[in-house]
Amino acid sequence: MNKTMMRVVGVILVIATFLLISECAKKDKPILGSSDAASAVYVAPGDYDEFYAFTSGGFSGQLGVYGLPSGRLFREIPVFSVDPENGYGFNEETKDMLKTSFGHIPWDDSHHPELSQTDGVTDGRWIFINGNNTPRIARIDLKNFETAEIIEIPNSGGNHGSPFITQNSEYVVASTRFSVPIPQADVPISSYKENFSGTLSFIKVNPDDGHMNIEFQIMVPGYDYDLASGGKGPSHGWAFFSSYNTEQANTLLEVNASKNDKDFIAAVNWKLAEKYLAEGKGHKQPADYYHNYMDHNSHSAVSEQKKSVTVLYPAECPGLIYYLPTPKSPHGVDVDPSGEYIVGGGKLAAVVSVHSFSKMIKAIEDEKFIGDAGGIPVLDYDATIAGEVTNVGLGPLHTEFDGKGYAYTSAFITSEVVKWKLGTWEIVDRIPSYYSIGHLMIPGGGSMKPWGKYLVALNKMTKDRYLSTGPELAHAAQLIDISGEKMKLLLDFPTVGEPHYAQGIPADLIHPNTTKIYELENNTHPYRTLSEKEARVERKGNEVHVYMTTIRTHFKPDNIEGIQVGDVVYFHVTNLEQDWDIPHGFAMQGAINSELLVMPGATNTLRWEPKKVGVFPFYCTDFCSALHQEMQGYVRVSPKGSKVPISF
Amino acid sequence: MIKKTGMVLVAALILMNCGGGDTEAAKEAAAPKLSPEGLTQEQIKHGIGPIGVLTLGPQDEALAAKGAEVFELKCVACHKINERLVGPPLAGITTKRSPAFIMNMILNPDEMVKKHPEVKAMLAEFYVPMTFQNVTEDDARAILEYLRTL
Repeated sequence: MNKTMMRVVGVILVIATFLLISECAKKDKPILGSSDAASAVYVAPGDYDEFYAFTSGGFSGQLGVYGLPSGRLFREIPVFSVDPENGYGFNEETKDMLKTSFGHIPWDDSHHPELSQTDGVTDGRWIFINGNNTPRIARIDLKNFETAEIIEIPNSGGNHGSPFITQNSEYVVASTRFSVPIPQADVPISSYKENFSGTLSFIKVNPDDGHMNIEFQIMVPGYDYDLASGGKGPSHGWAFFSSYNTEQANTLLEVNASKNDKDFIAAVNWKLAEKYLAEGKGHKQPADYYHNYMDHNSHSAVSEQKKSVTVLYPAECPGLIYYLPTPKSPHGVDVDPSGEYIVGGGKLAAVVSVHSFSKMIKAIEDEKFIGDAGGIPVLDYDATIAGEVTNVGLGPLHTEFDGKGYAYTSAFITSEVVKWKLGTWEIVDRIPSYYSIGHLMIPGGGSMKPWGKYLVALNKMTKDRYLSTGPELAHAAQLIDISGEKMKLLLDFPTVGEPHYAQGIPADLIHPNTTKIYELENNTHPYRTLSEKEARVERKGNEVHVYMTTIRTHFKPDNIEGIQVGDVVYFHVTNLEQDWDIPHGFAMQGAINSELLVMPGATNTLRWEPKKVGVFPFYCTDFCSALHQEMQGYVRVSPKGSKVPISF
Repeated sequence: MIKKTGMVLVAALILMNCGGGDTEAAKEAAAPKLSPEGLTQEQIKHGIGPIGVLTLGPQDEALAAKGAEVFELKCVACHKINERLVGPPLAGITTKRSPAFIMNMILNPDEMVKKHPEVKAMLAEFYVPMTFQNVTEDDARAILEYLRTL
């Protein structure tokens, strides 16, 4: 065949394949576009959605807030990434939230949101989310939808298996996807097997204010720990962590970490860990990490550097941890609402393996071990397994539950959601996803009380689902009705960043409790200005502090003179409004910074280093009233050493 | 022409439909007379909100002093005593408005601005709606006492 012929045949093949795929897609979506699907997701103007959905931002580092069933985006909450839209990470108050042992890091990769729980039920108080790249866990307060706290996880690389929660929010857990030398050391990468370890971290959550503290870490062999799930009901007191790369390869993992037929799910008895800690088995080891949290009344971050962490070693703590062999490089590990079944997504095996918690306890009692791995007892697969779901599609990753006896597993390679029955392990339904589903989410689907009405498929590929926006496309979420026997596709909606996991919760558990304003009387910001009478400008050497107020529709002061090139100017802007939905913005021409967006009753600070002589305007950026365009002021900047006095 | 006829017809139908019988007319006569906005005479005079008719005793200086403090914190950004700022000047306000009207304006500005014809007219003059400043009923009463001293 000559070159031209080959090209022609090639083009024909591509077209044929495309047509085939389009045709299949069309056949597979009978419900889409039909009027019953439309009415099922229609939320009339002014009406509210039934559920909140919180989607991780993935490489955006943020957290998306959507309504279900409409799929409407309400807000993107900045967590690990700076956000010029509201000044998060830019203004003086929130900068320190992003402080780490490596310095101020303005970005991360957020994967798994996890709602707080009381008695195994999501309670709408807080939502936690992991930072994958520079290991961190954040807590977002669901009263004001702001990031309230970020804690760095020491002795970790790739904080992927995180922050899964225990039944009463006693702990959120974290595990190292990338094992690293602990403590960090200058060693050859090829010495992986000798020098690299993993850690499983248990971060205690204060039940009153949600504050996090790394209670203990368990030192484990240097595998890749992937995901986790808290025990519940009978398995409350245990946590489960999936792992791959038990081969301990350090190069070309796609081949070298895919050799073993089974890797492990680690079962950790954290109640026993507490006992060992009380007995003094914990080793206080040097570490370096930051704990940052927002002080509620000053609206300012407090940043603490921590210098040690308590570590437990399995060899010194018998019964603390067991390995459950699970095929093959398992990804998700998900405990069902009853707490009896521990479901491992096979990933590289077309099977979902379901371990039984009660059988596991029996196997431990009967010492059904097939050996040990790095000093950790490995249980006999046949002694713990309750059943296998076969023909589950290729690349089974994650499983959620509807609370009605069914489980739903995502299959990445075959792009589908597979519904199967707990106990009989039979597949009862399957529905395609468009395309390449990763996580899936049922509101409460990872807790003891799922609200099994909707399922959201979180897809990795978008391709032709929306109007094209060039090479970069929004990721596609899909809403599936799971209230009946057969799953029904209702809606596609685009998402921000790359959602990995998501959480859903009835709106009633959050909506009525939200903060509308911050009370001025409670503002304890050191640079607050609680009335216009106190508005002023003060010079301290080359630092200038502007105590500024905003109210519809003026700044006080609005004209400032006596600033010099070389000064460091801090605009401390207090929003005197006490009315819901009236933030004021503040933007300064030439400031190498973002804007401020100051909520009613709060104080935010913009730092500005004027570089040029002249008169420069500032203005309100958030359309606040009919006279918003009048809300402005000027700063006169004189040369360094000028005699122009401070005036305002 | 056709359009006009059509509109007249529609209007006639609406009128017929809504005309009601004698009983409804009788009911209307018995009910308190409402303003075109659907407010009672009392609401026109004393405002819409949690405060009904309020009769004031002699001036309470301690309460007025407390009111001045709250006023400094919550009100001065928009109100001066003798000149217009965001809102109108407040000197002599207690002689122009009833005590309940003033307190309802402080406590329930949103509804006042939306429904009260005189407050609506003020919005057209000042452009920025009066805002609730998160004050309690006690605070509002203290502010009223302070305003009596002006």
